[in-house]
This record gives sequence, structure tokens and C-alpha cells, in this order.
Amino acid sequence: MPERTDPGRDTTVLVDLYRTMARIVACDQVLRDAISGGQVALAYYSPRGQEATAAGFAAALRPGDSLVTTYRGLHDQLARGVPLKPLLAEMLGRAGGTGKGKGGAMHIVWPDVGLHLTTGIVGSGLPVAAGLAWAAQRHGAGQVTLVSFGDGATNIGAFHEAANLAAVWELPLILLCQNNGYGEHTPVAGHQRIASVADRAAAYAIPGVTVDGNDPTAVLDAVTGAVDRARAGGGPTLVEAVTYRLYGHVFGDQMGYVDPAELAAAWQAEPLERFRLRLVEGGVLTDEEALAIVEAATAEVDEALADVLTWPEPGPEELLTDVTGFPGESP
Amino acid sequence: MTDAPTPTVSVRAAITRALGEALAGDERVVLLGEDIADPGGGVFGVTRGLSTTYGADRVRDTPISEQAIVGAAVGAALGGLRPVAEIMFMDFLAVCLDQLANHAAKLRYMSGGLTPVPMVVRTAVGGGLGVGAQHSQMLEAWLTHVPGLQVVVPSTPTDARGLLHSAIASDDPTVFIEQVPLLSFKAPLEDRPVPLGLAEVKRPGTDLTVVTYGRQVHDALAVATTLAEEEGIELEILDLRSLAPLDTDTLLESVGRTGRAVVLHEAVVTGGFGAELAALLSEHLFGQLRAPVLRVGATPTPLPYAKSLERLALPGRDRLLQAVRRCMAHPG
Repeated sequence: MPERTDPGRDTTVLVDLYRTMARIVACDQVLRDAISGGQVALAYYSPRGQEATAAGFAAALRPGDSLVTTYRGLHDQLARGVPLKPLLAEMLGRAGGTGKGKGGAMHIVWPDVGLHLTTGIVGSGLPVAAGLAWAAQRHGAGQVTLVSFGDGATNIGAFHEAANLAAVWELPLILLCQNNGYGEHTPVAGHQRIASVADRAAAYAIPGVTVDGNDPTAVLDAVTGAVDRARAGGGPTLVEAVTYRLYGHVFGDQMGYVDPAELAAAWQAEPLERFRLRLVEGGVLTDEEALAIVEAATAEVDEALADVLTWPEPGPEELLTDVTGFPGESP
Repeated sequence: MTDAPTPTVSVRAAITRALGEALAGDERVVLLGEDIADPGGGVFGVTRGLSTTYGADRVRDTPISEQAIVGAAVGAALGGLRPVAEIMFMDFLAVCLDQLANHAAKLRYMSGGLTPVPMVVRTAVGGGLGVGAQHSQMLEAWLTHVPGLQVVVPSTPTDARGLLHSAIASDDPTVFIEQVPLLSFKAPLEDRPVPLGLAEVKRPGTDLTVVTYGRQVHDALAVATTLAEEEGIELEILDLRSLAPLDTDTLLESVGRTGRAVVLHEAVVTGGFGAELAALLSEHLFGQLRAPVLRVGATPTPLPYAKSLERLALPGRDRLLQAVRRCMAHPG
């Protein structure tokens, strides 16, 4: 009998992390197949390769905490618990989507789980997240905000303004950089001189930690540390999760700017299989159990997509609603 | 709220008073901006006293970070607060327009109504103060071009207080424009609400409607008095107060009745809000107009520093008078 993986850790946590990752991977696969097969058409920014980061940070949050993410946010949204069908429906522009189909794939929100913003403007989620954290600070209930963004976002002014404000105001904010190696088509080494995004924390006198973003428990532990600190009034933390973007920037990206050997190595070490091996070899899951989780996830997403494809698009009466509440309309 | 007699106060004092009333009346109301806390209370003293009374955690100084200020206001609004952000000069909107135009304005729509953004941005315009091109420009047309934003420009203490209360109470983002030369304008402060989207006829007239807002309302009233006394021409002065939402009904009723309109605003004429008004009037009143709708505004230049040139660049009573005469000269 091999020594169990993570002997100090509750096995349900480990299995839940695996289930979350499997669900993200299944959803990504089903969507890419549907786009390839011509069933659906959308600009799709695959998060494949970053599923461990999402599963890890989401497990560190509580109900009532807030999340802000980006257009490459499917993994974050699923991990945080946005219901699958409204999420897919929004991506497909259906009336039953999270935003009645009026926001689209880059603008998923679901306030019930604290997802207040998914933005398509790189870096711009950070100031908004700072404001959410300020509101939480004023409410005084120990809630935190986590903002997810990429390495490319750390070069834009909004990142720096928000990091500085969060530091000065000691906001309960976790700045989670999912460093996936590329800002659009430019590798990290081509867009910043510093070796580690976490080094930027020093400029704001806040903690900065770098963690293996392809290891869900490493992310869980790092983000838990940051969350605990924020809840206790200790202010923000910059967490850099080093991960990899396995399918490039947007669906159809031929990734001609990526060294094939680098990409092959990334696939060799892809997070879902790596974690599965760890759980199986450590006796947390059997092969059969792991397979069943993947199959259940795929079946769930297949069924959801088939269903949502039958949902109607928003009717013309939706065109002019929700611009403002004037006159007198109240949310 | 006060009893009679109606006090005469400045626009500045009316805004300060409205902010204080909002802070006192609703725990969710918070203020943020550069140097808004005491002892300064903002570069123009508009927030003076508020941090002392309501706490520096509710009237909060920020770094010089306009994106963070407006973005944090968006986030605070999403998080259940009613933030009132101050952007020191309207020209600085250029460094935070993403948060206003792509976030504050669009989040309600893009979420199908799940995430309205109840926030206010107060911002000052220094045209006429001799502070040069980067601290002087009226840019309301940038904002009215973005669906989802509300834009108001008060001309009196009563409107300033009333519109600010309406903006704070609104569930949608509102930009509240404070023209600095107007801050010291004093008038009786009437205790009445001023809803968004409601224009006011400041002076009834029969010959021509001057459509205006903000401090130019007072220029228009002065010209109207002169013309009535000296030439018997009766101008109707319409103060829009709220550019978005726009009181189209009152606008069309007034110009439909007089048959002539001159739009007067401080902003550059080219691509200004006056172009929208002129287009609306021609679309709706083509057969009733007795003359082309004329626009009076700033020259198409960055606002010059020298007093001699600034006076020429900004629209004054002379230019309004000329436009009115041109309009009246049409036989109709």
C-alpha cells in the first residue's frame, strides 16, 4: 500500500479539487468540440491548463466573498459555482444566460456566488475589485475579494493603481495573478523585465508569493494564507500562480509564437492528469473512481450544452431594457 | 431641511450641504477622491467639514489614481455602497474613462440587470479661470455618447443640491459636472427635489428658445433681459439641467412653440452636445422651424491660457446675441 497523498489533508477536499478540475476540463473540451463542429460560434478564450489554479483558489473562499475575473474566466466561474446552464447560455447568447444573453462570454456575472464582474478589458478588474474589498471592509463581516488576472495585466496602469490603493487602505483583497506565460502572443520575458510577477508586491509593501499554479493544493494553501490575512485586517496579498495556457490566446490560435518543445512539455505535465496520478498513486482515488468523475463531468456538460442549444435567444423587447433604470425601473 | 426664510447660499455650499445630507441619511453613502478630506476638503473646498463630521473612513482621501478612484467606486457600488467619487478636473476623465465608459456604464446591461452601478462622479471644470487647456474642458459629449451614463449640469444652488440627491439615489452611474466659476454663484436655496431628466423653463418667451445648461444659463438670462428691454424680443430660456436622461418633451414643446432655437454651451461646438440637440430638433420639428438651429460654444481649439484668448475661445453673451440676431433675421 503506497503512502497516502497529502496525509494531513481531508480526502474530501482533494476529491473536490479533482472534481472541480475535471468539470472545467470537460466544459472546455465540450465547448471546443462544439466550436470545431460548427454547433456554436463564439470568441472562446480557453482556460485549459489553468484549472488547478481555479480549483485551488475557489476552495479557499467562503460564501459571501467576492470574485472578479477576466474574459479567460470559465475555470474561475465554474470553480466558484456559477451554475452551468446559465453560464453556457450566456456564452451562446441565450435569453436564459446569466446576463440574458446581453453580456456574452466575456461578461459572466452571478452575484449569488459573489461573481460581480467578468471583464474583457485587461487589468481593469483590479480597481473594481478594490472597491468591492472596500465595501467588504466597511461591512465588517470579514469578507474578502479575490481578483483574478493574467501576467499581461500587471503591465497596465490599472493594476498598479489598484495594488497601491489596496495597500494604502489595507483592503481585504487577494490579487491572484494567473501567470500563464503569455500576454496575448507575447511571452512574459518579452513584456516585463522582472523574473517573477510576485516581485511587484514589493513596490506596494505587501506580501508577494509565487506558487505552482498547476498544483491545486499549493494554490489552495497560498490563497488560504492570503485570505486569512485579509480577513484578519492584514490587507492585500499578491499571489502569483505559475501555470500555462495550453490552447493559446483565443480559439483557433495556431500558437506559432510558442516553442513546440515548450508546449509538448506543458502537455506532458498538464494539471488534471498530474493530479489524478497523485491521487491514485496516493490511494485517495482509484482509477475507476477518477474515471467516473471525468465521465460524470463530461455527461453533465454534454447534457447542459444540448439543452441550452434549444433555449431561445433574447427577444427584441430586451434590446432597450437594462440600459439604465430610468424612469423608475428598479433592479 | 430648513424652514422659511429661504437662505441664499452659493452653489458650493449647496453641494456641500447635499453631500452632508446624503452622508447623514444613508450609511451606504461614501465619498472618495484626491484631498477631499479635511482640512482642505477638496481643492475647491466642496467637501470641507465632511470628513470631520462623518469620518475619514467614509470621506476618504485617495492617492492620485483616477482609474483606482472610479474603479473603486464601481466596485463599492457593486458591493452595496453608494459611492460619490470626485475627479478633480473633468479633463482627468481621460485617464479613467475605461472605468466609466466600459464598466460603470455597461455593467447593468451586460448582466441583464443583475449588476446596476449606483455611483456618482463629481467633477469640476475650470473654463474661465485661466488655468489652461488641461484643466478647463467641458467634455459632456464624451459621456452622453455612452449609453448607461447619466449626466447632469446644475446652474443654481437649488438644482445642484436637488440633482445631487437624485444622482445619489439613482441606481445608475451619474456624472455631476461642477463648473468652477459657478461655485460662488449665490441664490436662494429652495427646499425641493430636482429629479433627473427634467428641464426647466427659466424664463418664458415667444420668439426664440435658448437651449442651455450650467453657468451659461445665466448668460442666456442676461441676454434675454437685454433683448426684451431694448428690442422687445422675448427669448425663452430652457435649462436642460440633465443631459442624460434628456427631457425631450420639454425641449420639443418649447422650440415647437417658438419656432427658433439657439443652443448655447461652454463646450467646443464641433461634435458637442449641441449637435445632438440640433439634430433632435430638426428631426422632430423640421416643418415648424422658422430658422436653422444655431449652436454657440467654444472655438475648436484647446482652451488658451492667456486671458485675451480664453475670452475669445469661450462663448459669451456677445456670441449668443449674434446667434440670436442671425436666427431672428430669418423671415420664417
